[in-house]
Amino acid sequence: MSEHKTMTLTLIVWRQKNANDPGKFETYTAKEITEHHSFLEMLDVVNEDLINTGKEPIVFDHDCREGICGMCSQVINGAPHGGQDRTTVCQLHMRKFKDGDTIYIEPWRARAFPIVKDLIVDRSALDTIIQAGGYTSCHTGGVPDGNTIMIPKPIAEEATDAAECIGCGACVAGCPNGAAMLFTGAKVSQLALLPQGRPEAAARVKNMTEAMKECGFGNCTNHYECQVACPKGVNVKFIARMNREFIKAQFA
Amino acid sequence: MILDGKCPTGPIEKSWDKHRFDLKLVNPANKRKYNIIVVGTGLAGGAAAASLGELGYNVQAFCYQDSPRRAHSIAAQGGINAAKNYPSDGDSILRLMYDTIKGGDFRAREADVWRLSQVSNNIIDQCVAQGVPFGRDYAGYLDNRSFGGAQVSRTFYSRGETGQQLLLGAYSALSRQIKLGTVKMYNRREMLDLVVVDGVARGITCRNLITGTLESYAADAVCLCTGGYVNVFYLSTNAKGCSVTATWKAAKKGAFFANPCYTQIHPTCIPQAGEYQSKLTLMSESLRNDGRIWVPKKKEDVGKRPEQIPEEDRDYYLERKYPSFGNLAPRDISSRSAKEQCDEGRGVGPGGRGVYLDYADSIKRLSEKVICERYGNLFEMYERITDDNAYKTPMRIYPAPHYAMGGLWVDYNLMSNVPGLFVLGEANFSVHGANRLGASALMQGLSDGYFVIPYTIGGYLATVKPVGTNTDHVEFKKSIEDVNSTINKLLNINGKKTVTEFHRDLGKIMWNNVGMARSKESLTEAIKQIPVLRDEFWKNLKVTGTGAELNQQLENAGRVADFLEFGELMARDSLHREESCGGHFRVEHQLPDGEAMRNDADFSYVGAWEFKGVGKEPELHKEPLKFETIHLAVRSYK
Repeated sequence: MSEHKTMTLTLIVWRQKNANDPGKFETYTAKEITEHHSFLEMLDVVNEDLINTGKEPIVFDHDCREGICGMCSQVINGAPHGGQDRTTVCQLHMRKFKDGDTIYIEPWRARAFPIVKDLIVDRSALDTIIQAGGYTSCHTGGVPDGNTIMIPKPIAEEATDAAECIGCGACVAGCPNGAAMLFTGAKVSQLALLPQGRPEAAARVKNMTEAMKECGFGNCTNHYECQVACPKGVNVKFIARMNREFIKAQFA
Repeated sequence: MILDGKCPTGPIEKSWDKHRFDLKLVNPANKRKYNIIVVGTGLAGGAAAASLGELGYNVQAFCYQDSPRRAHSIAAQGGINAAKNYPSDGDSILRLMYDTIKGGDFRAREADVWRLSQVSNNIIDQCVAQGVPFGRDYAGYLDNRSFGGAQVSRTFYSRGETGQQLLLGAYSALSRQIKLGTVKMYNRREMLDLVVVDGVARGITCRNLITGTLESYAADAVCLCTGGYVNVFYLSTNAKGCSVTATWKAAKKGAFFANPCYTQIHPTCIPQAGEYQSKLTLMSESLRNDGRIWVPKKKEDVGKRPEQIPEEDRDYYLERKYPSFGNLAPRDISSRSAKEQCDEGRGVGPGGRGVYLDYADSIKRLSEKVICERYGNLFEMYERITDDNAYKTPMRIYPAPHYAMGGLWVDYNLMSNVPGLFVLGEANFSVHGANRLGASALMQGLSDGYFVIPYTIGGYLATVKPVGTNTDHVEFKKSIEDVNSTINKLLNINGKKTVTEFHRDLGKIMWNNVGMARSKESLTEAIKQIPVLRDEFWKNLKVTGTGAELNQQLENAGRVADFLEFGELMARDSLHREESCGGHFRVEHQLPDGEAMRNDADFSYVGAWEFKGVGKEPELHKEPLKFETIHLAVRSYK
């Protein structure tokens, strides 16, 4: 890695003081950015400039900065997480941009995710969906030896594919209906695939989809934008599985 | 003062069972009269809140993130240890205990480590029941992989995202209790003070990070599950929000801070790319199962592409120095060896701060497909960050601060010296000694949360009357006033330097002087420099905005202010410990071959520090360590 040329970029960023403020776009310049900066490190640089000139820095959610906590949440040039395959904002690097680019940065936009400030939204509706049934009701202690529950490797792998979800909400932000079907479908499927999840499968899918509706999420009309937006590559087949589980539950 | 860990006596094999029987119980009808505060919702906090809620206690849980599912336990990649001995390769509870004590360089308590090893098996069962998708073999049984510091395969895993799956398991159990109403969850709250009434922990003061409002919460017991402090180095593998604030505030209210000098520098991280860098990314230690670590033998080769360097000119230094453990030598040893190679001028990449982790042999032996199945997501992550394809060219790695073995002092019941204050997981000091083995952090967090605190907190609560959640006591008001005055002070300095600049400066002092190799000179230098930086912070900090709104700079300023006090304690502890052990390496104390030289005669104790005021010398209390089951020996991995 030798020294590289630096980039200058124009940022058009959504600024909104609080939930009641109408909000608007503001324009900033990002200077001396290298290809090795992560997108958030680029915003750090811009924020340091803003603070040094006495202005309020851009507020955004972030924490682990290694693509797993699900905290970061920005729509970049119209694509949740910036549109790079299987990549969160924090893992997006500036080598995907070039000198002179203009970049639009917005928060997740969905009815169920009210904006808190600038690029931060309230995603507690996703917690509400999990609280409605995204678990097995086992007690702490009093469970059998792990190897008494045998799970064929392909089933374990598929359940893990579903369990990859980091709960960031990009699927909702990417969906024209603001639906949380991929998020909910992933959890329903993970537990429906595993023997441990079967006893409560019917109640789970009913309760979780009901909570989804009550939280103000839309429904699925097969755009598959959620799968494109998902930084973990969670597949839309899990929505289909949830639908099957839902129909089965009507007869349970 | 000589501290008493209140460890059970008698045969170690019976110690936890006997202790559980001896602990007093709270009857089911009385449990709902008690309130418990749990701060932090990682593996320790999430598991504790869920389990305590299920038992019938009223739990109030707090996290600074927008959801309890985001705690940094989620980032653990490789796995979780348990003494199941499923592969029949010689494992047992005693062997897991032995490896943990030895791995920690004989600076942990035997009774605590026995208990951890014993309940490790329950953890796996619990997680399976929750639907955690562990890796399976083709027969459908649980699979294992190997990790550093062990000669058996005892690590359970879920791809390269074990922490995520275990945390989501704990989060699901917690969510169930939230729905049932036994746990009240407070998101986006940061604990900024511990409230102590008549010497007993009674509650906390929090800042609501959305509105800026300061809030009081009261309970019969407070559990801190707030993780470690290695963000004191600025660049670390921790999440950006990880801080020492909760435990440091408790220390300022009288809780002793134990062994702060024991920090783990993880050997396999992606090297720093530039000054602007905000954090370092870990690549799981499991990569060392199949990767071979090397540097060029000749200094003049460091600038060449790795594929241009022939086999005979490569130095696989871990395999050479530690033939029985090879690339799976413990973390402290691997990290120090990497530093040595780079210090000798044989490091690769920018600034010569990197070594190769090479998969060519494994790909030849096993195929690219198998390697992809085992580590695919890690290779992807590496490529996203560095733009290099590790299937074609070796990874470059370098050590980075990763974990804190030190933490608040607790007794065998996980209670600190402040009655009613319990400390779980990475936030306490108890089981890892001077160095933690891979895949043992997840084990400890879940052990403390699911299988220890539900018993030991009952033993305490059975001896006290429930006090309710009323926050009218003057100590709550006083705490709010104190926190408020600190916030106003931070906002009104109106200086010229940002919080990040101060944090970077502190990180450099810590890394250069209290990092992988420490000396009397470097530590004295740190103790001189930190107070100077701290003074500058309080005179020249610039924070925009107000306290009555979401203000991330203000949040960070509070955390850095605490690091600026805590860093000094870390340096003092390092200076006082005139020996090398585990992650604490004093250059004055090494064997002729460069290995760590312990001083068991003088330092076989836990060093727990009592806060005496900012800039004042803290007071050292000792808890002597006894080794009756695992005999003190020079740690060797050769």
